[in-house]
Amino acid sequence: MSAVATERASAVVIEGVWKFYGDFPALRDIQLAADPGSCLALIGRNGAGKTTLLRIVAGFSRPGRGKIKIFGAEPREAETRRKMGFIGHGISVYDELSAFENLKLFARLYGLVDPRKSALEWLERTGLERVRDGLVREFSRGMRQRLAVARAFLHEPSVLLLDEPFTALDDRAIAVLQRLLREALAAGKTIVMSTHQLREALELASHVALLNRGQVAFHGPCTPEMVADPGYVYARYGESS
Amino acid sequence: MRDKIVYVLGAAAILLLARDINVIAGLPQEANQGAIFKIIFFHVPMAITAMLCSFVALVGSVLFLITRNFKYDALAVSVTEVGLALLLGNLVTGSIWARVIWGIWWTWDARLTSALVCWLLYAGYLMLRRAIEEPTQRATFAAVFSIFAFIDVPIVIFSIKWWRTQHPQPVFWGGGSIPADWYALAGWNLLAMVLFGVVLTAVRFSQEESQREIDSLRRMAHAF
Amino acid sequence: MNFARNVLVIAVKDLRAEIRTKEAINASFAFALVILLLFSFAFDPEAETTREISGGLLWIVFAFAGTLVLNRSFARELPNDCLDALIAAPISGAALYLGKALANYVLVLAMELVSLPVFAIFNNVTRPVSQQIWPILLVIALGTWGLTVIGTIFSALTVNIRLREVMLPMLTYPILVPALMGAMLMTSSLVMGKPLAGDNLTWLKMLVGFDLIYTAASLALVEIVLVG
Repeated sequence: MSAVATERASAVVIEGVWKFYGDFPALRDIQLAADPGSCLALIGRNGAGKTTLLRIVAGFSRPGRGKIKIFGAEPREAETRRKMGFIGHGISVYDELSAFENLKLFARLYGLVDPRKSALEWLERTGLERVRDGLVREFSRGMRQRLAVARAFLHEPSVLLLDEPFTALDDRAIAVLQRLLREALAAGKTIVMSTHQLREALELASHVALLNRGQVAFHGPCTPEMVADPGYVYARYGESS
Repeated sequence: MRDKIVYVLGAAAILLLARDINVIAGLPQEANQGAIFKIIFFHVPMAITAMLCSFVALVGSVLFLITRNFKYDALAVSVTEVGLALLLGNLVTGSIWARVIWGIWWTWDARLTSALVCWLLYAGYLMLRRAIEEPTQRATFAAVFSIFAFIDVPIVIFSIKWWRTQHPQPVFWGGGSIPADWYALAGWNLLAMVLFGVVLTAVRFSQEESQREIDSLRRMAHAF
Repeated sequence: MNFARNVLVIAVKDLRAEIRTKEAINASFAFALVILLLFSFAFDPEAETTREISGGLLWIVFAFAGTLVLNRSFARELPNDCLDALIAAPISGAALYLGKALANYVLVLAMELVSLPVFAIFNNVTRPVSQQIWPILLVIALGTWGLTVIGTIFSALTVNIRLREVMLPMLTYPILVPALMGAMLMTSSLVMGKPLAGDNLTWLKMLVGFDLIYTAASLALVEIVLVG
């Protein structure tokens, strides 16, 4: 395949991305790609730049140098944003609205044909249909996290960007998320996930990238050794602490 | 090379100011107001130079937003600070004049009031910069605010002038302005003021660039 | 029209959330009433001079109490990181901004329409106000849009920075000086019984111009403020 065709085949391409805070480079010449149907796990120490990179890919901030291409297009274009789903550190749903109202809101913002139907469907898929009219501020932690997952998957995104998604999830939420992510991968969607919870992430991951001090220290397929011993990648490719 | 230019300009500014002050001191006193009228030679050029500074700040801000080159942000903050200082000089000289002539420290004359509001606008710019730690965000937001402030300057001047037209008050300078044969001298002083502003801006600019380098070196040291 | 629909979705969302919690609007009403009360102590309601400064008093109430609402505008998106979700959604920054500005406009107007009769009663200007009610409402509508437009964009600008509650008024009021001045002078003039003509028309045009220019500037620059 020619280089151009390969690039178009990749769902997420990170091309020579640098991020500066003033003159300080937080990310240096990041080159990564993720194909459809693959799950890229971004691992690294705190402060290595995982969240920064993920937020740039999601279009929340601009890179100082370099480009992000999602299906060949800019992440900030409306059509591209329609295809992207993001789960960050916060649940990104409104405490003062009900679960149903929250999902309807995002369904409308994403231009879904039948917002009510989509919202109800995803309430069911995340096990929240019985509390659909409850206000989010009354929810338990696990329920809030499941709603966050529902919000991210609601518009059937082709690219899922998850920032430490398994952190602070209860067992039920972890199960829901893992199931949804596996279904998404089977359906040919692309996942880029930053993580500390190595085991849950590496079980899903097809590829692994290790970020160290803002640079890619390792990028390759996820091997059985890595899943068996999550510290393997750090020991082999990371810096000695 | 740049340093040498700054030194030359600085010397020129000082010489010009010295010569001007000499000539101004030698001028005959103004009929109605006496010696204090000569403060106009500083009061007006300061205002004009400050307006020039606000325009350069706009250019720097817009260029920063387009190129994301921090040089332009350094230029914008430097020139804004110099402009603020000059505008403060304008306000103080105006206040001194009002005290000597009318016995009051302040008058809500159109020009003085506009100068005060513009001063508050650009003081807000500096306060905004203070409140933002991260350099890129600081430069970006400051640039946006600088654009909003610059748009406001003509609106402020016009609306305050209209207000004073509707509610007239004794006009500043007692209705007099710079006599025609003094225009040349005022022009020279304006040049001196502009040179002075350029020199101060250049000094502040290199200080800002050094500060940025130090900040990033610090970050690097802490990170690794 | 996607843009218009998105603007409405955002506006309705903000209004629904605010009506449910009533945090900002209650604080705003309470603050307005307290300032009106304090003014009654400071200025003798019987005096003719009070009519002359009525516009000034009223707009000070509107500007200060309004800021409480405007501050909440983008601040309400911070808990739970909702702002990220809005920026990620396929709506333009301009639609997000305009939706919030509309919601703010409704809320600030609500506070003002309650404060106006209270003000009229406290200062014994009910007759002059009711006789000129339509021009006064026009001035309120235009002046409040100026306040809202600037307050909303600066709410976006200050949402993530230190000392947000202090910075918002510090940045907003100097920029608003021409609009507030025009609104104050026109309102005083109307309360004193003069028509909205002649000199006042210039102020009206200035206010309209201010509103248009700053709405355009905000729509143009909001994307930079939100994404960088």
